[in-house]
Amino acid sequence: MTRDEITAGLAEILEEVAGVNPDDVVEGKSFTDDLDVDSLSMVEVVVAAEEKFGVKIPDDEVQNLRTVGDAVSYIEKAG
Amino acid sequence: MSPGSKIVSLGHYQPSRVLTNDDLAQLVDTTDEWIRSRVGIAERRIAGDETVADMASAAAEKALASSGLTAADIDLVVVATCSSIDRCPNVATRVAARLGIRAPGAYDLNTACSGFSYGLATVDHAIRAGAARNAIVVGSEKLSDLTDWTDRSTCVLFGDAAGAAVVTGADEPGIGPVVWGSDPEKGQVLRIEGWRPYIYQDGQTVFRWATTVLAPLALEACAKAGVEPRELAAFVPHQANLRIIEPLARKLGVTNAVIARDIVESGNTSAASVPLALSKLVERREVPSGAPALLFGFGGGLTYAGQVVRCP
Repeated sequence: MTRDEITAGLAEILEEVAGVNPDDVVEGKSFTDDLDVDSLSMVEVVVAAEEKFGVKIPDDEVQNLRTVGDAVSYIEKAG
Repeated sequence: MSPGSKIVSLGHYQPSRVLTNDDLAQLVDTTDEWIRSRVGIAERRIAGDETVADMASAAAEKALASSGLTAADIDLVVVATCSSIDRCPNVATRVAARLGIRAPGAYDLNTACSGFSYGLATVDHAIRAGAARNAIVVGSEKLSDLTDWTDRSTCVLFGDAAGAAVVTGADEPGIGPVVWGSDPEKGQVLRIEGWRPYIYQDGQTVFRWATTVLAPLALEACAKAGVEPRELAAFVPHQANLRIIEPLARKLGVTNAVIARDIVESGNTSAASVPLALSKLVERREVPSGAPALLFGFGGGLTYAGQVVRCP
């Protein structure tokens, strides 16, 4: 999976879980500061991403995923 | 010995002092909007001089008064609590003394927020085994004693309350088989520990556990009782967060049930939350007598317990 494909998948999840406009989901954006995803929605995003991409994202890792790019990199490596 | 047991009456008690989100915004850096959008709480009740035993006694007294039984009939008192500062005599014997119950089996149990469903299961088992005939089971918590009022991530969450049920033997079981268990490896994410304990919670991890692990367990409780989720008249989960309660209700498919949302006006009252919410639903006649309700407690330990009961 390419980084763009992962980003597009995350955009779908973010739209469904937190009502984020998919056009706003680009690598440099911060989940909390730019996309207004709160800490609990972030958990829902992570759980949905695990299922969608077939990866494990442990509890300890969630706080390290600050930007869309962080999440894309993690999923790329874990996939 | 009895083939089963049933809840014959309920009662609850909440302190009179209301603490609103705006009140909390005076104490810590938070807002009404933040609290409502993260957990769904608008206000909670905070005890003054009342102890865990005082609140438990008040709830138990109300339940007993509408049970058709008297203190002389009660031979078992169980109190679920994780917040009693007084350890001995235990809360159950304090309640018994207050209500004039002369010589009951009396014990406290601590499984934090799942405590009421654990307590209900143990009194059901005691009645089935012939160890008791009529029991009172109470959840009572004074979490304000254990709250760090400078920690904005936790102090907005909790409240004080008690809820109680009178349980008696029944030919037709009105308390379904319990599904209970725990996840001890995750215990550190929700703690009240140490010499001067405060509630500590890793909210994200608890949220993830609750929203991913509990649904199949709650469905198992329905299956064991032989009740389809759509047949439930009420769903009364532990009142931890509307953002746990509502998705859980959707996952279970409890489409015809009244969903308990007492957290909005009471906050998270740990072991008291399920009997408090159920008692209010019954008092307001939102669930018909004899209708099935799914109770499901979960929290510190991490522990969980749930069962389908017939409403009194």
